[in-house]
Amino acid sequence: MNTYVLLKRTFDTEETIQLSNGKINEEGAEFIINPYDEYAVEEAIQVRDVQGGEVTVVSVGNEEAEKQLRTALAMGADQAVLINSEEDIENGDQYTTAKIIAEYLKDKAADLIIAGNVAIDSGSGQVGPRVAEMLGIPAITTITNLEIDGSRVTVVRDIEGDSETIEASLPLLVTAQQGLNEPRYPSLPGIMKAKKKPLEELELDDIDLDEDDIEPKTKTIEVFLPPKKEAGKVLTGEMNEQVSELVQLLRSEAKVI
Amino acid sequence: MSRKILVLGEVRDGSLRNVSFEAMGAAKLAAGSGEVVGVLIGDAVQSLGNELIHYGADRVVTVEDKQLKHYTSDSFSQALLAVIDQENPAGIILGHTALGKDLAPRIASKLSSGLISDATAVEEAGGHLVFTRPIYSGKAFEKKVITDGLIFATVRPNNIAALEKDESRTGEISSLSVEIKDVRTIIKDVVRKATEGVDLSEAKVIVAGGRGVKGKEGFEPLKELAKVLGGAVGASRGACDADYCDYSLQIGQTGKVVTPDLYIACGISGAIQHLAGMSNSKVIVAINKDPEASIFQVADYGIVGDLFEVVPLLIEEFAAVKQ
Ligand SMILES: Cc1cc2nc3c(=O)[nH]c(=O)nc-3n(C[C@H](O)[C@H](O)[C@H](O)COP(=O)(O)OP(=O)(O)OC[C@H]3O[C@@H](n4cnc5c(N)ncnc54)[C@H](O)[C@@H]3O)c2cc1C
Repeated sequence: MNTYVLLKRTFDTEETIQLSNGKINEEGAEFIINPYDEYAVEEAIQVRDVQGGEVTVVSVGNEEAEKQLRTALAMGADQAVLINSEEDIENGDQYTTAKIIAEYLKDKAADLIIAGNVAIDSGSGQVGPRVAEMLGIPAITTITNLEIDGSRVTVVRDIEGDSETIEASLPLLVTAQQGLNEPRYPSLPGIMKAKKKPLEELELDDIDLDEDDIEPKTKTIEVFLPPKKEAGKVLTGEMNEQVSELVQLLRSEAKVI
Repeated sequence: MSRKILVLGEVRDGSLRNVSFEAMGAAKLAAGSGEVVGVLIGDAVQSLGNELIHYGADRVVTVEDKQLKHYTSDSFSQALLAVIDQENPAGIILGHTALGKDLAPRIASKLSSGLISDATAVEEAGGHLVFTRPIYSGKAFEKKVITDGLIFATVRPNNIAALEKDESRTGEISSLSVEIKDVRTIIKDVVRKATEGVDLSEAKVIVAGGRGVKGKEGFEPLKELAKVLGGAVGASRGACDADYCDYSLQIGQTGKVVTPDLYIACGISGAIQHLAGMSNSKVIVAINKDPEASIFQVADYGIVGDLFEVVPLLIEEFAAVKQ
């Protein structure tokens, strides 16, 4: 079983967001593996442990993403590939990323590709399905369970809280939803081993792409922070008075009831 | 501006979802003096055509087939691509729902088009259609335009105004027959969680419970409050994981993203993943016994106290003023 994981390095969930020069300020921010990609890494490792084969983790980004790829290797992935697009393209979009990944994967004979269902920074949820379409393989999004029996795959897909059991066959791309598994923490021996595992760095040239091929199809023209919410009103007094005041405020001030 | 825009009418349990009317609102703006064409895909959807027209479609194209009874990416892509092929539109707008999130990137990729996901606002500026969308779990926003391909977007429920329903509007409803073949994923089973009453992602009032409700029974007063307010009950991941309620009630990054007029958070700490799903609500009320809980940072009104004391009082008070 030849399993690939698509991984993005993202801002730590808890980071406060600040702007400088109209862009998100990354200075000093903590970065993590996008949480939904972490489920993807864990699932791929579990699949490999049963089915055999190798897990390759692929990330498109700059060299800083090496840290997150090493973490995935420490969790148990076998090898990692960092496709460094920084030199060639500044403002790529989901098309750009998907195109790079698909181009890299097209001759890899991947049996299973697992991605996160959404990245918590850009929040688009496009890359997984776009890659599948480019590779001409089916995709199933937001899955919470995966079982493989030969080339037959049974997944459970979360649809706004309802669930669907779906059958498909390999090759297949799935995107991970929370609930799929509990990602392991890298163990100390895992971290030691990860240092020696192969991590290949590629540039666009290496996969026969040039800037024109990955020209984004959307453009961000402005980034802004939501208007600062005024500190809310925390009510005081006897509880029944607070409750009456709240109901009055919701009617007369907020006018929502 | 004059552009032809397609809007996919999403059908659930035999009726159109509200977000499709909102998508229609966005499409009207995008179309300018151009035509808005509603698209209905399913096994028996013809009868819903007029409703799409009442909400702003100039005409409707339907694709009906037994294989379209349940959504699958392959079958719906084939149907929608056939309509796109026939209509040659300048843009497509649909809801940012489970269906929209799955289908739109597939189609965008197929057509080598840009796609703007999860838009909360749309405006025409300088000859471009500009979409606003939340990023970083709602901690920031970006304005985006399409630079290549279709004007293609999915819109977050409850953010963009639908047009007033006008039952005097009429338009042509035509059907397109599409041969659905080679569907590579087969649905074996669907488990629908019986969510009573109002659809969470479209509710105007939501009463949500977290781990602070302590148990299944703890949700009873919340349900009663929701009923008094004509709203829906939601929950945090904490409450779902603890099995106090079903995952279909989960609000947040992993669950539903909601934008009600009024969100009442009871015993929810306000983790960022939860805020990602509700911080855009128009008015937020927090009830939490911990004055330091982060939920108070996004709340418009807060009561520091025991929810089991506060919620029953609220039910009484609301019931009294509703009379
Ligand atoms: C990848 C990922 C995705 C996630 N997605 C989501 C998501 O979609 N939605 C989501 O909600 N979470 C999500 N989470 C989980 C999130 O981080 C929090 O763990 C979760 O929201 C906590 O739920 P809670 O607020 O109910 O529980 P807690 O954080 O335990 O808070 C309980 C609160 O109840 C208060 N309380 C207790 N008793 C009472 C009482 N009697 N009266 C009043 N107040 C009381 C306490 O003071 C406390 O503030 C996600 C996490 C990850 C890692």
